[in-house]
Amino acid sequence: MSADLTELYQQVILDHNKRPRNRGKLPTANRVAHGDNPTCGDQCSVYLRLEPSTSGTPARIAEISFDGSGCAISQASASLMTTQVKGKTAPEVEALYKNFHDIVTTGNAPEEISDLAAFAGVHAFPARIKCATLGWHAAIEALKAEPHETTTESHTD
Amino acid sequence: MLDVQKIRADFPILHQSVNGKPLVYLDNGATSQKPRAVINSLVHYYERDNSNVHRGLHALSMRATDAYEGARARLAKFINAADSAEIIFTRGTTESINIVARSWGHAHLKPGDVVLTTEIEHHSNLIPWQQAARVSGATLKYVPVLGADAEGGLDLAALDQLLTPKVKVFAFTHISNTLGTINPIAEFCRRARAVGAITVIDAAQSIGHAPFDVQALGADFVSFSGHKMCGPTGIGVLYGRRALLDKLAPDETGGGMVSNVTYEDARWKPAPERFEAGTPNIADAIALGVACDYLDAIGRDQIAAHDAALSRYAMEQLSTLPGIRIIGPRVGAERSGLASFSFADVHAHDIVTFADEDGVALRGGHHCNQPLMRKLGLTGTTRASFYLYNTEGEIDVLVASLHRTLKFFGTT
Ligand SMILES: Cc1ncc(COP(=O)(O)O)c(C=O)c1O
Repeated sequence: MSADLTELYQQVILDHNKRPRNRGKLPTANRVAHGDNPTCGDQCSVYLRLEPSTSGTPARIAEISFDGSGCAISQASASLMTTQVKGKTAPEVEALYKNFHDIVTTGNAPEEISDLAAFAGVHAFPARIKCATLGWHAAIEALKAEPHETTTESHTD
Repeated sequence: MLDVQKIRADFPILHQSVNGKPLVYLDNGATSQKPRAVINSLVHYYERDNSNVHRGLHALSMRATDAYEGARARLAKFINAADSAEIIFTRGTTESINIVARSWGHAHLKPGDVVLTTEIEHHSNLIPWQQAARVSGATLKYVPVLGADAEGGLDLAALDQLLTPKVKVFAFTHISNTLGTINPIAEFCRRARAVGAITVIDAAQSIGHAPFDVQALGADFVSFSGHKMCGPTGIGVLYGRRALLDKLAPDETGGGMVSNVTYEDARWKPAPERFEAGTPNIADAIALGVACDYLDAIGRDQIAAHDAALSRYAMEQLSTLPGIRIIGPRVGAERSGLASFSFADVHAHDIVTFADEDGVALRGGHHCNQPLMRKLGLTGTTRASFYLYNTEGEIDVLVASLHRTLKFFGTT
């Protein structure tokens, strides 16, 4: 196997693909968003329970899960994402996504975000960047949406 | 028997390494490679004859016009059309079907009519009919495919029920790009005629792979793409029976398709010009004619036999892989030169990425067949599709690559 391919399919990724974390619908969710990748057919739904803060600070993700189907990269990335954003606010998630996006597009990973760095190998496979970012896009969408609009599953396909 | 080594020598692109391995090109369902004769035709045209057609009186324009109209005649012969005027050059299958669905559909469909198609159509023979039905108020119905793996082909008993005099058009594919199913199109044409429906055949996957005779079929409209039959991209054909074309209004208007224009009105030229507004794709049409020469020199019956033999071999070899689910006709049943399969634990895109590392070009995804995928409970499959230059040895490379991938993901 080539170095690029071993880089792409890191142990962390294989592990999350095989044993996805936080997978399935979240009965307590008050936010849902769906992402899909029309060219590949990959799909990902993200379910959140956002907990409003009492002190006027932004709401935090109290619980999160995902559901969907797709390649190992998309499923592992969504799984890892759920473990990384739990407890965070929308601006914090967006900042983290920016780091993640830099990692998958440049291959350079800062030391402090160790697990996400597993996705650095994606940059050698530009067609797969969409796979790696699918779950993140869905999570960011879910954070943006009005709660009353997204408590039901909004996708129709 | 094809002399495959000799054929391979005609295709410059095949002689290269991908990721350090010899290229094994098994994505012919998406597009075929081009023989040197076709590539040379493009170079020759642009170096020697390039000019606009049908309007110049100078030498180059006459040469270009002769070559372009010669290509039309060549395509007519390729499908045994009665008249070259029945060959309309388009961008490809998609555009051809859209022209029929819009022009013919607009003129003939009304509420209460039925548009009949099948569950195994490519999006390009499905969405234009959804649109035509929506605009006209006609009802769209589908001939179902049989079997949990769509192994049973289209349901001919259901066809009996569905094909009533209300059906005005029956649109179907000759060969499924996802399943490898070969439809009994002669029978479909006969049965459609019996209820007075016109037939629209999607021949994208078959035209370069098997003999095709529009007169023997009694087909009304046939669509295909040059790029899947050794020709260039951006060129294809809409065949229409003369009697239908003469009554059809154009879908696009502009230069080249009119006989007399005033500020108030315009008169259309007859087919084929009526349907070729603007400067056509001259170079690619001419090269498509050369592709016809190339394929007929080899023999499409021979190519069909070669495809079938490779397909049989691939099915036998693939069915030894643990956990494989093959969709379409079963091992041993008639199928075109492709195999479409999935594994429960390894996604098609991971398979395609790993195969690419071994130099093998495959397609993974829904193959523009989303409703069918959903019916089969799949989000996609991996597809290997063959053509005249492929070998059993290449299928062995594919199977070895799949074994390695399954092992890597720990499913074996
Ligand atoms: C069965 C079938 N129909 C239609 C098409 C569309 O052809 P094109 O994209 O050349 O218009 C394809 C090609 O993918 C096909 O396989």
